[in-house]
Amino acid sequence: MLAALLVMALGAVVLGAVLGFAAVKFRVEGDPLTEKIDAILPQTQCGQCGFPGCKPYAAAMAKGEADINQCPPGGDEGIRKLADLLGREYKPLSAEHGVEKPKALAVIDEQRCIGCTLCIQACPVDAIVGAAKQMHTVIAVQCTGCELCVPVCPVDCIDMVPVAENITTWKWKYPVVAIKPVTTH
Amino acid sequence: MQLFDFNGGVTPDYHKEASTQSPIAVSPAPTFLVIPLHQSIGGTPRPLVSAGDRVLKGQRIGAADGDMSSAIHASTSGHVVAVEMRRMPHPSGLSALCVVIKADGRDEWIARQSFDYRSHTAAETRDYLRDAGVVGLGGAVFPTHLKMSPGKGDKLDTLIINGAECEPFITCDDLLMRERAEAIIQGVVILRDLLAAGRVLVGIEDNKPQAVAAMTAAVQAGGHQDMAVVAVPTRYPAGGAKQLIRVLTGIEVPHGKRSTDYGVQCFNVGTAHAIHEAINLGQPLISRIVTVAGNVAAPRNYEVLLGTSMEALLTQSQPLPDTDRLIMGGPMMGVSLPSKDVPVVKATNCILAGSKKLFPPPPPEMPCIRCGECATACPADLQPFELYWFSRAKIFGKAQEYHLFDCIECGCCSYVCPSHIPLVDYYRFAKSEIWANESEKAAADQAREQYEFRQLREAREAQEKAARLAARTAAGRAAATNALAVASDATSDATPAAAPVAKSATTPATEPAQTPSPQAALIAAALERARAQQVQPANTTNLTPEQQAEIAAIEARRAQIRAQAHPHLPPDD
Repeated sequence: MLAALLVMALGAVVLGAVLGFAAVKFRVEGDPLTEKIDAILPQTQCGQCGFPGCKPYAAAMAKGEADINQCPPGGDEGIRKLADLLGREYKPLSAEHGVEKPKALAVIDEQRCIGCTLCIQACPVDAIVGAAKQMHTVIAVQCTGCELCVPVCPVDCIDMVPVAENITTWKWKYPVVAIKPVTTH
Repeated sequence: MQLFDFNGGVTPDYHKEASTQSPIAVSPAPTFLVIPLHQSIGGTPRPLVSAGDRVLKGQRIGAADGDMSSAIHASTSGHVVAVEMRRMPHPSGLSALCVVIKADGRDEWIARQSFDYRSHTAAETRDYLRDAGVVGLGGAVFPTHLKMSPGKGDKLDTLIINGAECEPFITCDDLLMRERAEAIIQGVVILRDLLAAGRVLVGIEDNKPQAVAAMTAAVQAGGHQDMAVVAVPTRYPAGGAKQLIRVLTGIEVPHGKRSTDYGVQCFNVGTAHAIHEAINLGQPLISRIVTVAGNVAAPRNYEVLLGTSMEALLTQSQPLPDTDRLIMGGPMMGVSLPSKDVPVVKATNCILAGSKKLFPPPPPEMPCIRCGECATACPADLQPFELYWFSRAKIFGKAQEYHLFDCIECGCCSYVCPSHIPLVDYYRFAKSEIWANESEKAAADQAREQYEFRQLREAREAQEKAARLAARTAAGRAAATNALAVASDATSDATPAAAPVAKSATTPATEPAQTPSPQAALIAAALERARAQQVQPANTTNLTPEQQAEIAAIEARRAQIRAQAHPHLPPDD
């Protein structure tokens, strides 16, 4: 009887020690779900979802505090991926957060720019270079098309120019099967 | 020698005789040449000329953009009319930057100098070939200089020269081998020396006996003991690099590996010829042999200056009236062009005129019956039907697991499919979607990194500002504490009668000197600092009585004016 108790107690102590060690050693830093959601989001950092960036929105979704249909740049495809990942029902993009638009890049009109640096401060990804009273310009490859620089410009010199398809970004289209009417005799 | 075999493949009708009846004709230089800057795999070369410049034949007009790129040259002498967007020979029909040259008819060369590769390092030779614009002329236009480094070992076992030309209708390599075998062999010698290859095998499909004979004669004439011309069985796609390597050496290059890892490298005969012209003659790549075949009255091979309009070239072969489409490449792998008004580029090995009679529209696509014919025919040993399912259902991850990117788009699967499914179209769709997704993902990752860095920077700046503020406050506090200590010392030592002394010793703002509270001391210290910061105008001290009188008079006048202006307001102090 005593031997059995001792054996069980010993087992409990050893296993407890192992589990305790594992809990410290293999501790997961951060929330892996947030990371996974963040990987799906387009990283536009535009704030149209109502959060100050993609990561905060991802964290809110992970906690169940935000809906999956608040990201216009991610579009329908993004919502479907989020629905898949989180096991939630698909729903169309919520109209109050905006509409899905083709990707556009900010372009500064050099004639009108007065060098006020307001757009530089507004850009969430540091894609605008310039200095006070010096002309500003957008680094096209880094621009996410978030439009945050557009409203702050006091002289309205920033235009959103849709990205045109070129030879390198052109994609083969999905093969379409031509449907022909069948005449029956 | 022993030959090996590759799995799959098909034997379509070759239609090669028609265009091999007459020798290569030189296509006349057109009045206008449209030379696209982007003609090879890799970065788009930077234009070196602008409108109005005079250029000579062979002059570099586009500089390679980094190492993964290849230069572009003027095909004839003349004046640059424009550097602008023109329609490209591409299935999309989109435009890209081109240099438009108006020929002056003099065809004046640059100073041509041969390049002595033996007295230069391998890196210098590679740079020379890059700047001479030499790219793979088999159709893939991969920059040749990037293939010029031997693999893991310092030497290559086998150098393979690809003259198989397995695609129907195309005969440009066949004619090149028949007519310019010596030049090709001279190019092969350069390749052999640069790559330190142990032996050279020239693989030619056995339906080209004249080319085999010409090449064998050239090898014997040169006395090259380490070179052999090998006739390989005719079966499409024996001219695929991996397929030819397998047929000639028995080596199967696995997924994700390069043939150089196994001591084998493969070059097209046209590329060898271009290397000979670039190194021995000092002529950059400005022309190529193009087969014009299909629905034309006089199919033939032409030596064409790059940038010549396809329409002008096609007219020389007299297209039949029912020609309704233009294909660049062959019927198996070629792409339909949306317009005839596009230039001949380095990738143009064949221009195929099509008609409904020659290439009848495929019967309607039927459901896949999983017969497995495509898997039997696939020369890359893939499972095309699985790739088809996943591409069709847009499950791209699975398609990649089934090695979609090992597909060479040879079209054997579509050719044998009893349901007439355009399988290659599905694979092309899936590949371009995957590439687009990858570049989108890379852009998103970069944006995330930039955003996080900005967050970090803002946090750091806020922290630094707070630290600066804290440091200043701490200095103030320390001063106040010192003052307080002095005051408390004074109060404890002195009697109440000595209080006024203590008061003046600390600070005039501290009212009850007997119990100086810490807050009061701090406020006093802050006021002291503020006073210290206030700048006294330099011209208000040490005034003479006259000046003081003058100031007083001015002040009086001011007060008077103020009283007149605002009679109801109390006077300003």
